[in-house]
Amino acid sequence: MLMTFPQMGHVEQLIGDILERLDIDYMPPPRTTAKTLALGTKHAPEFSCLPLKLNIGNFIEAMEAGADTLLMAGGKGPCRFGYYAELEGRVLRDAGYDFTMVTIEPPSMGIAKFVRPIKRISGKSTRQIWRALKEGFPKARGFDMLEKRVLETRCFELKLGETTKAHKEAMATLVKAKTPAEVEGAIEAGMRLIDAVPCDREQPVLKIGIVGEFFILLEPFVNFDIEEWLGNRGVLVSRSVYITDWIGPTSKNPVAGTSDAELTELARPYLGHFVGGEGVPSVAHTMLYANEGFDGVVHMFPFTCMPDTIAKAIIPRVSRDYDIPVIHFTIDEQTGKAGVVTRLEAFVDLLVSRRRAKRAVNG
Amino acid sequence: MQGFLGVDVGSVSTNLAMLDADGGVISYVYLRTQGQPIMAVQQGLMELEAKLDGSVDVIGVGTTGSARYLTSVVVGGDIVKNEITAHAVAAGHVVPGVRVVLEIGGQDSKIIFLRDGIVVDFAMNTVCAAGTGSFLDHQSARLGIPIEDFGRYALGAEKGALIAGRCSVFAESDMVHKQQVGYKLEEIIYGLCQALVRNYLNNLAKGRDLAGPIAFQGGVAANAGMKKAFEEAINQEVQVPEHFSVMGAIGAALLAKEEKLLEPGPSAFKGFGAAKIDYRTSSFACGGCENNCEIIKIVVDDETLARWGGRCGKWEVDIIRRQHLEPIGADCSKCG
Repeated sequence: MLMTFPQMGHVEQLIGDILERLDIDYMPPPRTTAKTLALGTKHAPEFSCLPLKLNIGNFIEAMEAGADTLLMAGGKGPCRFGYYAELEGRVLRDAGYDFTMVTIEPPSMGIAKFVRPIKRISGKSTRQIWRALKEGFPKARGFDMLEKRVLETRCFELKLGETTKAHKEAMATLVKAKTPAEVEGAIEAGMRLIDAVPCDREQPVLKIGIVGEFFILLEPFVNFDIEEWLGNRGVLVSRSVYITDWIGPTSKNPVAGTSDAELTELARPYLGHFVGGEGVPSVAHTMLYANEGFDGVVHMFPFTCMPDTIAKAIIPRVSRDYDIPVIHFTIDEQTGKAGVVTRLEAFVDLLVSRRRAKRAVNG
Repeated sequence: MQGFLGVDVGSVSTNLAMLDADGGVISYVYLRTQGQPIMAVQQGLMELEAKLDGSVDVIGVGTTGSARYLTSVVVGGDIVKNEITAHAVAAGHVVPGVRVVLEIGGQDSKIIFLRDGIVVDFAMNTVCAAGTGSFLDHQSARLGIPIEDFGRYALGAEKGALIAGRCSVFAESDMVHKQQVGYKLEEIIYGLCQALVRNYLNNLAKGRDLAGPIAFQGGVAANAGMKKAFEEAINQEVQVPEHFSVMGAIGAALLAKEEKLLEPGPSAFKGFGAAKIDYRTSSFACGGCENNCEIIKIVVDDETLARWGGRCGKWEVDIIRRQHLEPIGADCSKCG
């Protein structure tokens, strides 16, 4: 058996680590490229969202390289993601591929549904699985924490690209760490490495929060490397979604700093019920960024994404009430960066002139 | 006389504007890009040089439009700005107190909202051809009426024929149908203007408050039928600035003027002689990672002036910069 899984941000390092702890042979798909997208759009239903198309593309590329077992997350709620494992399996079988599909449901749907498939493929006991997850999770959190620190550093760097370089080095060290002590040490060393990037932290910077659907936010291939693009232009970026927050929405210590319960409560005046995906969090995070004095918010989501389409209809009211500019990007198969860049440049200009005007008034 | 040059290279038209130190238009050139931005810019430089006849010393250059980075390399730009900001700056300069800018170009359309001279909101449509100049061009060719005469025909109609405006395919089939049942050409052309306006307002304005003063600019503003259709639809006066077709270039020149205030120094302008330089472009696959990006480079005499096209920025030269967050002219040491 050779297991594979879809690509998304640094999920490759995260899942790879857990699978190694469970002694499962695996092979990540090649990084997502235009070829992945072409394969995905060829086989996926036309109106499905971009994440499904890329998942299918990833699976095909991995199977062509020898993988035979596909690992996919399940889910519940109005977002279509919950049935993507099932749908992807059917699409790929129709396309003539032969494989075993392993679907892991979130623990909130019952711990048995979560553990049983892992037991079956790994042959490990519940206790062994528990231990692998318990030891792997802090490492997964470490990847997220490094990313967050990078976003807060890049806008101040004196030499372009130094933060990205430090990040790569920090990631490489953390990937190798296994024991709890090694993981802790690697995270600390990584943080030190990023903090050591020569910076001018005194210079004023624009602050932009990024909200929206988690796959788009986490996968640089589809979001046009927006975090790096903004950071390179001296913008401090805050991302509202991190993988470990998404895996453990009830975590008491979320990387992004807010729990799902807090977000639900905050968004209530605008959106009082669960709409799936990041619908409620997108609204709530826009409010949070306004409260925290951010200059603006970028909202990104896949074309045909129902939860964030609802958020998109509500956010203009939040934007008006809280006096914070928001720009929306609906992401589909387009790979040309120019349209996004033109709008982002204009958005940054808008924020710069607002800041100047405020400065002129307040002195 | 000292002057600021603005160059706006879009998909359909290439415009150059020369402004004096007070922002007044000295001269301008409007050409078709015809898919060859470098040639269009060089042609524009030659025409502008002939018009100015050596009377202007260029002390700042700004470029905008979808070919703004390429253009900046060709002419030697001091600042590269997106067309949304450029149009807003130009409208703010030309139309006092402007609050809404309606801009319809060849392949995109924008709406920009300003308060006290500051852009507060904008929307841009590039996905849909219905509602842009290219569609009008296509229809003028199909009807055999020069695009310049479209406005006159439209104003000749008492009322417009009802044409579906959501999509250029629907619009065209509707127009054909209305022609075949005997509507007058004038009514069809004005109906088309009304459909474009409806499409524009639905896709871009989306119910936002359209309080005047309103400026209408971009190549399509030449069409008096469009102006009339806008005024009917939003029940307000719409102003078409004198130099409506080159507002992007005017904005780029104004931004160059601002840039020279922020960063004084000699201009990067290569002179009108840039029209004679043999710029060549070529491309290669990077191969540095699995993305295998296609990198475009622009070369003069074996010297590479610029490269772009990669996802990661490793080939990009000098596009990245910091933001000026202080009010212009303020003493930054005090602001901290």
